[in-house]
Amino acid sequence: MDYAKLWFVFWAVLWSGYFALDGFDLGVGFSGWLAAEGEEERKNVFSSIGPFWDGNEVWLITAGGATFAAFPAVYACLFSWLYPALFLILFALIARGVSLEFRGKLQSPGWQSFWARTAAVSSFLAALLFGVAFGNLFRGLEIGADGYSGTFFGLLNPYALLTGLLFCAFFFFHGQLWLSFKTAGPVAARAGRLAAKSWYALALLLAVFLAASWLHTGLSGNFIVRRSLLALPLGLVVALAAAKLLLARGLPGKAFLASFVSIALFSLTGFAGLYPALLASRLDPAFSLTVYNSSSSPYTLKLMAAVVLVFLPVAIGYQVWVYRLFRTPLSAGELKKSGLY
Amino acid sequence: MDTLALSRLQFALTAMFHFIFVPLTLGLGWLTAWFETRYALTGDGRWLSLTRFWGKLFLINFALGVVTGITMEFQFGMNWAEYAKYVGDIFGAPLAIEATAAFFLESTFIGVWVFGWERLSKKAHAAAMWIVAFATNMSALWILLANGWMQRPVGYVLRGGRAEMVDFAALLTNPYGWLEFFHTVFAGWVIAGFFVMGVSAWHLLRRNQEDLFKKSFGAGAVFALASSLLVAGVGDLSGVNAAKNQPAKFAAMESVWETRTAAPMALLTIPRLNGEGNAVEALKVPYALSLLAFHSPFAEVKGLSDFLPADRPPVLPVFLSFRTMVALGGLFILLSGAGVWLWRKDQLQNYPFYLKAMVLAIPLPYIAIQLGWIVTEMGRQPWAVYGLMRTAEGVTKTVSTGQVWMSLIGFTLFYSALGIVDIWLLAKYAKKGMEA
Repeated sequence: MDYAKLWFVFWAVLWSGYFALDGFDLGVGFSGWLAAEGEEERKNVFSSIGPFWDGNEVWLITAGGATFAAFPAVYACLFSWLYPALFLILFALIARGVSLEFRGKLQSPGWQSFWARTAAVSSFLAALLFGVAFGNLFRGLEIGADGYSGTFFGLLNPYALLTGLLFCAFFFFHGQLWLSFKTAGPVAARAGRLAAKSWYALALLLAVFLAASWLHTGLSGNFIVRRSLLALPLGLVVALAAAKLLLARGLPGKAFLASFVSIALFSLTGFAGLYPALLASRLDPAFSLTVYNSSSSPYTLKLMAAVVLVFLPVAIGYQVWVYRLFRTPLSAGELKKSGLY
Repeated sequence: MDTLALSRLQFALTAMFHFIFVPLTLGLGWLTAWFETRYALTGDGRWLSLTRFWGKLFLINFALGVVTGITMEFQFGMNWAEYAKYVGDIFGAPLAIEATAAFFLESTFIGVWVFGWERLSKKAHAAAMWIVAFATNMSALWILLANGWMQRPVGYVLRGGRAEMVDFAALLTNPYGWLEFFHTVFAGWVIAGFFVMGVSAWHLLRRNQEDLFKKSFGAGAVFALASSLLVAGVGDLSGVNAAKNQPAKFAAMESVWETRTAAPMALLTIPRLNGEGNAVEALKVPYALSLLAFHSPFAEVKGLSDFLPADRPPVLPVFLSFRTMVALGGLFILLSGAGVWLWRKDQLQNYPFYLKAMVLAIPLPYIAIQLGWIVTEMGRQPWAVYGLMRTAEGVTKTVSTGQVWMSLIGFTLFYSALGIVDIWLLAKYAKKGMEA
């Protein structure tokens, strides 16, 4: 068994899982305020992600740790080459985390609106920057014989910015869908309408992204050689269409699941196009960091595969249990008792 | 400063800041879980008040511990890319296991605990805090097994220009990692004990909710005394471990220059500022250093003169940090011992001077734990991985000094602001007292 290939799949699944999960709470973070009017409603918007966002963020820590353990060279190169971008992502994630924790700690309106604004800005930045970073991964980096020769502003190329916007649109839609079945009354109604409207922008951005990827990146090659992979982008389109139809039928919970699947399939489509590279070179594929030249030893990969296969299903198990435990919105009494709102 | 110096400074600052918040949670989780279990078993509302009060302080503290942890993970790739490439095959494993096996558990169940008061039975809700406390300490285990590997690399071979893992069991049973784990975790428990005693003392001095705060003072005192004794015991073993595995670190901790058998310990030692020898060595206790280093009066203790200057750690900070930490450790045993005694005699309120001292003592275990890490990490220099890779070899080559300056200044400003807000919130909630 080729563990490096297996690990490419784990790597893709962990990042996809992270985007599909943290995507909705980042979306709620930067766009939830649009669905809320007044202090009480804003409180409900934040409390809808309260029990979940921290557990979702661990998917990022795990994806990062797994990259370190299974593809150390990728970890080292990605994080150091994109140093300023990673630094901004860190700041955004830290600011997002503390603003969610601090916001409800004081009952003063100025305090609460400051942290709500911080949460919005930092969630938006995190979504945009992850999109820009992965846009550049999909596009390929300027990796030559002497390593990386790109610049920070080179990272802000049109394709990467398009991917950044697409991430924001995905998370906006995802977050509004979450609110439309996880809050009560007027917030849910407004969120449902916002989700329905934003769907068109999302669909348009996705169409442009798919066309640009086909024409301007190396992602298409794998899909031409192995047509069965086309199931991923086709599934993505179907899931996204299903999300819209289910929402129109008044089934926002099911629409959310469809949007969850579409984000996961979107990421998997990108990773399937990249394979066997994790960091593709746009100068010459010979310089790409691939499963063949940048993975850990078979011993480490095997051990880490066992760790993931044992602990990840357990973690998913208790996370599912938590989602079920908190499937109904938190009551006013529960919010008061949490001491956070 | 070059990228190396800047990256070291940034790693030190972000790690020390992270470690202002993490250690309290290592111990306060257990105490909160204990209070809640008493409540679940007896139904006595006073235990619920204790649970909710200390649980809130736990959370305010936990928030910053979590978010500043991401920085630590990312920096290995950002600033220490050569290190990450060279040792990632073995060093990455415990970090990934930490995330998968411990951090998921802790982050998921903290949400259950915060929001689940009315969705779980009393016992199940208390169990959520036990899980959080357990997972927090497990996180520490994996991180310290990773650090332990840097101190005493085991279970690897050099192949293809990097260190590859060949024996996970060796990494898992590395005594250096386990000693660090117990020493750090017990030290975190001391912090929690002193924090609980200090905050309770503040309220007892003002005669607020005396019944409740006496209860928590007692729990904090017993916990702190037991942990202070444990931390000292493990500390002794850690000294032997350092002498055996990292003789240069041990020599720097004691500022010993000449190698000799049956080595005495100079109680009063003042190292020269130029980093060569001691200006003063007085009050020598015969055999003491050999006993301390190897538990044997005639053992040979290596001195720093045996090492090339390029292979010596910075002596003065390591020496001063070590002495201060040990002195503080002794003080903790006395203070918490007195606390247990006064609490059992129900005499706390009759000794306001002691109570005031305990309020002022809150920062001391924090200082001790930071000093301990200075000993561990500076004492390992010039190595990133002892004997295998120098710190200077591990730094990222492609990052410019300008970029690191920017991130260093950014972290300093951002973290300072966060730290001030968080500590202010902690103080505010601590002073507010318990819900009836």
